[in-house]
Amino acid sequence: MTAYIIRRLGLALVVMFGVSVLTFLLTVIVPSNPAMRWVGPHAKLEQIEKARIELGLDKPVHIRYFKYVANFLRGDWGVSIRTHQPVLKDITTYFPASLELIIFGMFLGFAVGIPLGIVSAVRDGTMVDHGSRLFSIVGVALPTFWLGMILQLVFFKQLGLFPLAGRVAMMTRFTAPIEHITGLYLFDSLITGNFTAFGSALSHIVLPGITLAAYPLGLSARMTRATMLEVLGEDYIRTARACGLRERKILSMYALRNAIGPVITVGALTFAYSLVGTFLIESVFTWPGLGQYGSRAIISVDYPAIMGVTILIAFTYVVLNLLVDLIQAFLDPRVRLG
Amino acid sequence: MSKRLPRTVRLILKNRLTTMGLSVVFLLVLIALTAPLIVPFPHDTAETHIDNRFLSPSSQHFFGTDELGRDVFSRVLYGSRLSLQVGAIAIGLALTIGVPLGVVAGYSGGMLDEVIMRITDVFLSFPPLLLAMAISTLLGPNLVNAMIAIAIAWWPWYTRLLRSEAISVRERDFVQAARAMGASQGKIVFRHVLPNCLTPIVIQASMDFGSIMLTSAALSFLGLGAQPPTPEWGLMVSTGRTFFLTHWWIVTFPGLAIFIAVLSFNLVGDGLREILDPKMRRKRR
Repeated sequence: MTAYIIRRLGLALVVMFGVSVLTFLLTVIVPSNPAMRWVGPHAKLEQIEKARIELGLDKPVHIRYFKYVANFLRGDWGVSIRTHQPVLKDITTYFPASLELIIFGMFLGFAVGIPLGIVSAVRDGTMVDHGSRLFSIVGVALPTFWLGMILQLVFFKQLGLFPLAGRVAMMTRFTAPIEHITGLYLFDSLITGNFTAFGSALSHIVLPGITLAAYPLGLSARMTRATMLEVLGEDYIRTARACGLRERKILSMYALRNAIGPVITVGALTFAYSLVGTFLIESVFTWPGLGQYGSRAIISVDYPAIMGVTILIAFTYVVLNLLVDLIQAFLDPRVRLG
Repeated sequence: MSKRLPRTVRLILKNRLTTMGLSVVFLLVLIALTAPLIVPFPHDTAETHIDNRFLSPSSQHFFGTDELGRDVFSRVLYGSRLSLQVGAIAIGLALTIGVPLGVVAGYSGGMLDEVIMRITDVFLSFPPLLLAMAISTLLGPNLVNAMIAIAIAWWPWYTRLLRSEAISVRERDFVQAARAMGASQGKIVFRHVLPNCLTPIVIQASMDFGSIMLTSAALSFLGLGAQPPTPEWGLMVSTGRTFFLTHWWIVTFPGLAIFIAVLSFNLVGDGLREILDPKMRRKRR
């Protein structure tokens, strides 16, 4: 097991190194002039030149790369051209909003998707199965940005059930301000007993949450169905049935336990995908999170911010992959010995 | 092959969802090919008619008109051309990069394999949409760059898939026989190994077509793909955003078009996998 962990960690480090090189190279080939963006459109030539030296753009590429990595490891991720704030500070400010949205959306997606997949597998080939399969295929095919807008049309404009956008009602900010503990509004307002703010935050997260849930829902339903079908065909399930165990017990104790592994793997990786999905969803719902920060950075070609967000998401993906592999190796000896 | 084709067609027709998907795909292709002839207002891809702004759906304008008075129905039909083109070109580019690299890595093994696969791993560490966003931002926002960006984000999936196929094919008897007969490495790789690795690639590419259309629409929505006044579905949703609460039809129909197109391609991809993938076939029995 130790050898496997070392090998897998080594591989993750190599990949992270590669990610940093690739991201850095992408910004080197950028056709726009970062120094010009830094000083603004009306700057004189000598001011641009001064900014070039200030930003270190006059140095050779490999020197700039090593300087970037050294600073990155020290927590200095550069300064955003758009906000003129340190990128890491910006990211820590915006990240909790996205995290809250992702946790809410993914929980919703998996809480509906997994049971849907189970029902579909148990009733294989029936109308229920066809319906739930179609539902899961629809979930994966929906353009999230469009789904968000349709939900706004129906639930805000037509039915008036949920607010249009934002994280919490403007009035609530003044009447029941949320004490900042973790930055997750639902959690913070709940543990401080601020139920007015909790209600407002909950009503605001429902629509973006459902929008984000569509993809994990479809994916988890499809995965659960496929793995459950496989497990239900195994000999030990037949044996359990032959022993006269109740169907409910067979499903929960034997089938689901063996089928859920791959679904959890996919779940962990969907987290990183959802981080990217927030670029679209937060833009529709004016949700002040990492996605909105990222998409604004993209529009203004704010390359330090783009690099920071890109590396953060790619690293999250690599680390989650690593964790999933290690957990799987821990649970299943075939993985580490294979 | 001649015996197999009717069987494949029979299997496709047996699966109702796949047939449905395939019919819509055919319809989309047909619309894309004949768009200039069939749309009611062919000039509305670029021309504006301020007097006709925000007309709701009617018998004259089936999907209403947008903020510049253009017929949404005509623009949606025209949009099918772009979406299909983007999907086909981006997949074609990704395959052009990914397939040769995968087959070389899998067949040659050793150091070359190691280098190619580590580079692939790096690219695979980025969710495709993120990489495509970063690349199209840096290349400059337009449709051609968006296609290049999507291809750069997608090729590693094909390299990885083809490599694993090539590894199993290279040990097969006919490859050994070709080697014994003194065939050159290039001939063995491209005449014997590659053609025998293509089925999973066809399946994967057909399944990816929908995702690529979705990614391209997302890029346009963020302002990184097609630029106005191009009748691209993602862009139409994006530009209609400002008015959609008061004029629902401006975003509803282009979005619905993306959804239907992606759904149909996914259904076809799923169906093809079930029919062509021997493992899935066995499972179904």
